[in-house]
Amino acid sequence: MTQMTEPDVVTAPGTDPQPVIEMRDISITFGAVRALDEVSLRLFPGEVHALMGENGAGKSTLIKALTGVYTIDEGTVLVEGESHEFHSPAASQAAGISTVYQEVNLVPNLTVAENMLLGREPRRFGAISVREMNRRARRTLLHLGVDIDPRSVLDEHPIAVQQLVAIARAVDVEAKVLILDEPTSSLDADEVEKLFTVMRRLRDEGVAIVFVSHFLDQIYEIADRMTILRNGRLVEERMVAETTQLELVRLMIGRELETLERLDREAPNTEAESGTPVLKAVGLGRKNTLEATDLELFEGEVVGIAGLLGSGRTELARLLFGADHADTGELTVRSEKRRLRSPRHAIDRRIAFSSEDRKAEGVVQDLTVADNMLLALQASRGWLRPIPQATRTKLVTEYIKALDIRPADPTALMRNLSGGNQQKVLLARWLITQPDILILDEPTRGIDIGAKAQIQAKVAELAAQGMSVVFISAELEEVLRLSDRLVVMRDRRKIDERRNDDVSVRDVLEIIAGEAHPEGDPHA
Amino acid sequence: MSTVTARPDSAWDRVKDFTPPPRYIPIIATFALFVGLFGVGGMRYDGLTDPQVLISLLIDNAFLIVLGVGMTFVILTGGIDLSVGSVVALSTMIAAKTLQMGWSPYLSIAAVLLTGTVLGLLMGLLIHYFDIQPFIATLAGLFLARGLTYLISVESISINNSTFSELAFGTVYLGDYYIRWTALLALAVVAIAAYVLARTRFGRTVYAIGGSESSAMLMGLRVAFTKVGVYVISGFCAALAGLLFSLYILSGNSLHAIGMELDAIAAVVIGGTLLTGGRGYVVGTLLGVLVLGAIKTLISFDGTLSSYWIRIITGVLLLTFVVVQRFATRRQQ
Repeated sequence: MTQMTEPDVVTAPGTDPQPVIEMRDISITFGAVRALDEVSLRLFPGEVHALMGENGAGKSTLIKALTGVYTIDEGTVLVEGESHEFHSPAASQAAGISTVYQEVNLVPNLTVAENMLLGREPRRFGAISVREMNRRARRTLLHLGVDIDPRSVLDEHPIAVQQLVAIARAVDVEAKVLILDEPTSSLDADEVEKLFTVMRRLRDEGVAIVFVSHFLDQIYEIADRMTILRNGRLVEERMVAETTQLELVRLMIGRELETLERLDREAPNTEAESGTPVLKAVGLGRKNTLEATDLELFEGEVVGIAGLLGSGRTELARLLFGADHADTGELTVRSEKRRLRSPRHAIDRRIAFSSEDRKAEGVVQDLTVADNMLLALQASRGWLRPIPQATRTKLVTEYIKALDIRPADPTALMRNLSGGNQQKVLLARWLITQPDILILDEPTRGIDIGAKAQIQAKVAELAAQGMSVVFISAELEEVLRLSDRLVVMRDRRKIDERRNDDVSVRDVLEIIAGEAHPEGDPHA
Repeated sequence: MSTVTARPDSAWDRVKDFTPPPRYIPIIATFALFVGLFGVGGMRYDGLTDPQVLISLLIDNAFLIVLGVGMTFVILTGGIDLSVGSVVALSTMIAAKTLQMGWSPYLSIAAVLLTGTVLGLLMGLLIHYFDIQPFIATLAGLFLARGLTYLISVESISINNSTFSELAFGTVYLGDYYIRWTALLALAVVAIAAYVLARTRFGRTVYAIGGSESSAMLMGLRVAFTKVGVYVISGFCAALAGLLFSLYILSGNSLHAIGMELDAIAAVVIGGTLLTGGRGYVVGTLLGVLVLGAIKTLISFDGTLSSYWIRIITGVLLLTFVVVQRFATRRQQ
């Protein structure tokens, strides 16, 4: 095997078999943009290979080149040593490459079994055998430990289950290569564990797995080898065990970590908890959504809400903002008892809410960055009072700079921005309205570590300036890093609330698991 | 309690506890509507309950059934085919003209079927490869086919070929009742279409495209083939329906079948197929055609109502079904 000299390739001595897939010097150009520049990737059987890089580093492009969605301009793809060209997803699948994309790419109107076997249904005398299909689907699902009826229609199931069905589909072909593009971003801890069990089983059966995730811990838990990309170029191929997290992050973002380190906040802001709360909910609840919940938010305070997927954290945020109507309880905004009838009401009271689902409820893909930023401000002014051009330009330039949005072009279309930058635009949209209360639901989900750090830093800075923030995230480290006070939710109710002094992730997990001492107990 | 449940369910218990899967509800509603129309009508008008009335419904609407089947394929992918009415007219005209010119009736039939299929193919290719909205591409097809009909002849041409007449009046007797074989052909088309949709990869791909075209593509299904294929099927069905229509009416005329594409779409929607694609059955379309036909029959049995009431009732039904579907799908989400 020829040893590549540059960039470095780690070769575990004597253990490297022939790669099942080898991509050599792949380049892809979109218009004037070089999305991939001579990137190489080697996949070995029986290994989990992590593809690392920030948003926009070229991970998705590389995957789509391998799966035949994009055409490769330069470079070669070798499958078990032989050169292949994939012009369609079907051709790539025929070569044993299966893919599960971040968004569930299944058909909602057909059954689970059909979704798993569509295009390769078992047939008898030329006709699809529904019975055989359901039997085979059930067997594969059981193999993966997913207990659902293969005859049920797909859209009856939650997203997490649909994701597992997508993996079941990929597994069913007995793929040589399984590509998982951020499969964990909508799964909770239990489901991730289930997925990992499945991945390990497949790996031991000799499948080469490509795994893309923004969660570093997950990478270190499951991956054996990794390829790091940056700005469409290959940085390095590494063994995971030989790379520290800090090293990895440095390789990925290619700059020093001062943005991250700056965040190591001093002690929580305890002075905040005095005076009248700016936002106070008493017994706020909604049938089948959230049990009666109390919450106080003081000026300049960050309240973090931790909990698993479905614990009621998003539901609480929506009630606080008036996006859903509360059946019970009351909400006081700056000692004014008001029922928030609509988001418009909330905006008028200087409350801003950035939704967790930025695709469906946040960004308008076909508008420019500037339009997206000014949407909320324009809405609160009313459509008959346009924002003067000078003010528009000033605001947009200011926030593009403050949040380091890239490309720094106000006229760029939103759909051409990476996830992290879209999220920053959303944040800017609400900051422009100068809210007193900012509710952020998963503001950093699915975005890269650099953008994440910048958003976190901004939140901390805003709180220091007196803004009150409700911060919701599935990533406990992040919640703990930012919050002054911590609210823990489970099963659609608040189960704990405590000041965030030296609370560890472990503590929170114990609270969620129901093992922690009740509130007020000294924990030592 | 446990003693009760331990006992095996009686047949009645199973019937009583049966709840149909939600995807069958629209079709059951259409069926109930059809039965209801005949039930109410049977009480009011003598002779309506005669099974021959029901069979005549099939005979009189054979062409619309075939047209609706083709339309169902297209609508299941989320598309629409507005050209079919004009293709029916063109088919009657090609049949009449070629027969007048002395072609063999079989050659004439082949010419008609080929024309419709090729038109469907062209529209399908336009829609898929040039990414043109189905509405626009088939609207162009509508004008084109209608124009071609005028090009062949502005005047009506009657069909008096003996083979055609024999085909037209070919009858099968079932005891006291009779059915024309055109109706049997229409039922055969429904059966074949139902089989293709339910049990072939092509058919399942049709549903997959209707559910999510991009997913279907990423799943490696034959999206291009299938998408073009449904318009080919619709074109073929329109030509076949045109043949059945010319057998029914025994003339070729450029004014035939104006607006018939809308009847076909109405039948598909009343039959429970979602206009956004992905959900529906050809059996529903058959029931949809029968409901439309039943309304006509009821009004003609009544005798006091003007024929425009057919349109009004069709409109109300269509609206009701679309609204009901909307609620049914929203509740699932």
